[in-house]
This record gives sequence, structure tokens and C-alpha cells, in this order.
Amino acid sequence: MKLNLTPYFFILPALILIIIFVLYPISATISLSFLSPEGYFVGFDNYIRVLSRREVINYDGILKGYFPMGAIVHNAIWILIHLPLSTLLGLVLAVLLQNVKGSSIIKSIIFLGMVTPLIVGGIIIRFTFDREVGVVNMFLKAIGLGHLVRTWTMYPDTALFSLILGSVWLWTGFSLILYSAGLAMIPKEYYEAAKIDGASSMQIFFRITLPLLKPVTTTVVTMTLLWELKIFDIVYVATYGGPGGASNVLALLMYFLAFRSLDFNASSVIATLLTALTLIVAIVMFKYVVRK
Amino acid sequence: MKINKVAILINVIAWAISFVWILPLMGILMASIRPYKEIVRGWWDFSEFNPSLTNIFNALYHPTAPLSKGIVNSLIVTIPATIMPIIIGALAAYAFARYSFTIKSYLFLTIVLLMAVPQQSIAIPLFQLMKKLGLLDSLIGLSIVHTAWGLPWIILFMKNFFATLPVEVEEAARIDGATDFQIFYKIVLPLSLPGIASVAALQFTWVWSDFFLALILIYSPDKLLATQRLPLMRGQYHVDWGVLSAASLIIIAVPIVLYLALQKYYIRGMVGWVVKG
Repeated sequence: MKLNLTPYFFILPALILIIIFVLYPISATISLSFLSPEGYFVGFDNYIRVLSRREVINYDGILKGYFPMGAIVHNAIWILIHLPLSTLLGLVLAVLLQNVKGSSIIKSIIFLGMVTPLIVGGIIIRFTFDREVGVVNMFLKAIGLGHLVRTWTMYPDTALFSLILGSVWLWTGFSLILYSAGLAMIPKEYYEAAKIDGASSMQIFFRITLPLLKPVTTTVVTMTLLWELKIFDIVYVATYGGPGGASNVLALLMYFLAFRSLDFNASSVIATLLTALTLIVAIVMFKYVVRK
Repeated sequence: MKINKVAILINVIAWAISFVWILPLMGILMASIRPYKEIVRGWWDFSEFNPSLTNIFNALYHPTAPLSKGIVNSLIVTIPATIMPIIIGALAAYAFARYSFTIKSYLFLTIVLLMAVPQQSIAIPLFQLMKKLGLLDSLIGLSIVHTAWGLPWIILFMKNFFATLPVEVEEAARIDGATDFQIFYKIVLPLSLPGIASVAALQFTWVWSDFFLALILIYSPDKLLATQRLPLMRGQYHVDWGVLSAASLIIIAVPIVLYLALQKYYIRGMVGWVVKG
């Protein structure tokens, strides 16, 4: 049989671009992480050097409970708070909005966060938590907590949490839209049958709706995890990782090490770790989808 | 009666949440159209209300980081970085959707995994490569990088889209003597306009919103993109919220208008690879 070259020609332009501008740089970053500045192979020396830095993991901060705790820990805290909050809020809203007049307007309003460029998102977060102009402090004054008023992003103990809350505002639209689409695909007959059998609305939700939404949940969780690992813009513009590194995250630390300290090898270690984490998330999701 | 009360409660909760959700954006909007002395009393205070376009004007013609120039630069990068990867990506996606070839599954898996990796993973070697190619600090260079960076998700999305198109038309054309490439651009592409619209809406928004790649590749003051100028307008000690909010509003307006105009395609693009239609 004659070899059909057509598909190769179709793929070629994309492949060339991806190899030059994506695959090659990724492999070069990985190899940089195992080299000394002079270009000698040093095994995991760079990894040991980087992982023992205070900016990456600050054991003292973790044990005594103050910030900075280190960029890895900050990313982990981000995930622990943001993942359940944005996922559940999206799910609850999607379910509630099935019975709300003008639900498409509400969806659009919440989805605006997803449309917002993250660099603008960072400015908006900084603005919302600002001492003078921020609506958060207006609210605190209104409920009699005026003594708490301050610019929340400027203090080590609140900077990270302010950014995380802001990122919930930006990202909840994603899980809302996905769950809404998932809910729309569940056949009405399922609910009717369950009601005839005398199921309560709680039972219907946990026994029918939630299991059928499982593939959506997998996607939402995966994409959200990837987003949280890659967080950069909003931290850059709202706090620049500060104060004193209290809100720094891995992606921003990578940038600081590469383009401020010019330590390409240490920076490549962070980049490689970040890449490995995202790939693990992606592979787990891929396996799950394929197994299905 | 009981059900009615629950329904009312749900409506109230839903609208209350959406009210909270719009507050941060309202703040930015108010701060950009009102003078600073009104905002410091709180943008929610309307005892005095003198809207003007002063802040918008000051942002567009900012002395150190004029946003008008940034918008032009962003468009120079974003428009080709939307069109190029759609053409190149659709072509590759078509091969993945309709042909079988030796390394197909490995290639496809690689491309899917590339969607997950962060831009930080390419930053340093990319910077050095662009320097060697003479494409550092070049808007065209950045546009090419965005094209390559967008390809993996576009290929995956378009492959899924092509899978929904009927094969019969293409087979009939082949029997009539059309070449593979003719079939692709005369039959498949026109049928794929809805999918292309989704890809275009999202790719445009993402390139327009990008900050990191621009940050590492573009540094001449007159070449900076719109997103790069925003942090520069913050000011060292005193934050000029009027100008900063106005600049934010202008940058955010582009994707919002696009979203409102192409809402259907936009949502389909987001949902498309998740919930296969």
C-alpha cells in the first residue's frame, strides 16, 4: 500500500512551530535545571539548593504560622481555599439558577470575571481591598468593624488571602458555566421518575444530579488546579509577591530568579517543578477520561 | 405556598450574589469616570457626581506609558496571533480527525499535554532563542510565539469539532476528483465557521490578555503592549486610581465587547471540549 503523505503535510507547519517555540524551550529549561552556570551536569544540586531557600519553603514561617511561608506553600494554600470555594460556588449557583428568572443575566455577570484579563483582575483586587476606595472596607465599616479597615493586600498576614478571595471572584464563572452546561444535558425524565418514586430533592441531587455531573467535576477540578498552579499576573500587579514575599507564588518566583537575579539554573528548577506538577494533573485527568 | 417561598428565597440569594459580583467592576467603572476627590469618599457615595472622560483621556495619553500606543501594539500582536494559529491549527486538526498515520497517537498525546504546561516552562530558552533569531523586542516575534503557544488547544478543539461533521460530503467530493487540500478549504472550513468563531473569540481574548510573554519578550517603552503599561501606571508611592481604573476599563472593554457580541461561540469554546455535543 502506498504511504499517504497528506496528513504529514497538514501537520507539518503546526509541528515545526510547536517544536521550535514550545517543545525545544521546555526541554532546554529542564536540562538547565540540571546544569551548573558553567554548563556542567550537577545532578540534583540545583534542586537541593533551590528547595532549601526561604523563598520556596520557609519552615520557620510554617511552624510559627506567619507569612511568608514560601512560594510552594502559598500555592498550596491557594489550592486548598480556591479550589473548593470556586468549584462549590459554581455548582450551587448553577443548580439554583435553574429556577431563577433572568438567570442568563446573572450568569453573564459572574462570567465577566473569566473575560477579565488577569492583569486587570489584579488591579481590581487591589482596588477592592484598598483602604480608602475599596468596597470591602466600606462593608466592614457598615457592619461596625471599622477598626479592621486597611489596605488588605499590603499586610503580610492578609495579602495572600485577599488575592485568593479575589481569584475566586475571577474564576467562579468557569465552574458555573460548565456545571450549567452539564445540568442542561441531564434528561428531565430522570428527575420525573425519581419524583414519582417519592425521592426528596436532596436525594435527587446527591443520587442523580451529582453522579451524572462527575465528568464535569473532573474537568472543572483539573482546569482549576492548572490555573492555580500558573497564577502570576494578579500577584505581579497587586502585590508584586509582597510584602516581603508574603504573597509570592512559584510562577512569580521563577520570573524573579530568572529576570531579576539572572540565576537561570535556579529559575529553571522552579519552572521544571511547576511543569512537572501541571503534567501530573493533566496526566491524571487524561487517564481518568480515557478509562471512562 | 411553601414552594413559592423557597422559589422567592432562591431568587433573592441569586440576585444578591450577582450584586456582590458586580461591585468590584462597578468600582473600577466609577473610579474611571469620576474625579479623584469623589472616589476617596467612596465611589458608592453619590452626594456629588460629576462624571467626565478626563481619566480616560489621561490614561490614553499618559506621559510615561500612553495606553493608546499600547492598544495599537496589542492589536498588532493579537490579530495575526489569532488568524495564524487558526489556519495552521485547523489544518493539523483535520489531519488528526480524518487520517490515520504512524505516530498519530503519540503526537496527539504530546500536544494535549502541552496545553497544561505553564509559560514559565519556556521563558528562559525562549528569551535566548528570540535574541538569536533577532525577534526579541519585536511585536511580530511575540505574535509568532503566541501562534505556537495557542496551537495545542486549537488543534484539540478543532479536532473535536471536525469529528462532529459528517464525512459523507467529503467522500463525495473525493469521488468527484477533489484533492485533499481542496476538500479541506472548500468544504470543511466553510462548514467549520461556528467552531472557528469559538476559537477566534477565545484566542483573541487570551492573547489580548497575555502579560507574561510580553513581559519577557518586549521591553522598549514605545513597543510595550496595553497589559504591560498597566503596572507602570500604578505610580511609586501614590496610586492614581482615576488613571489606573480608566486604563483597566479600556483594556477590559475589548474582551467584554467581544464576549457580548460572540457570547454563544465564547461559551461553546469554553464548554466545547468538556461536554461533547
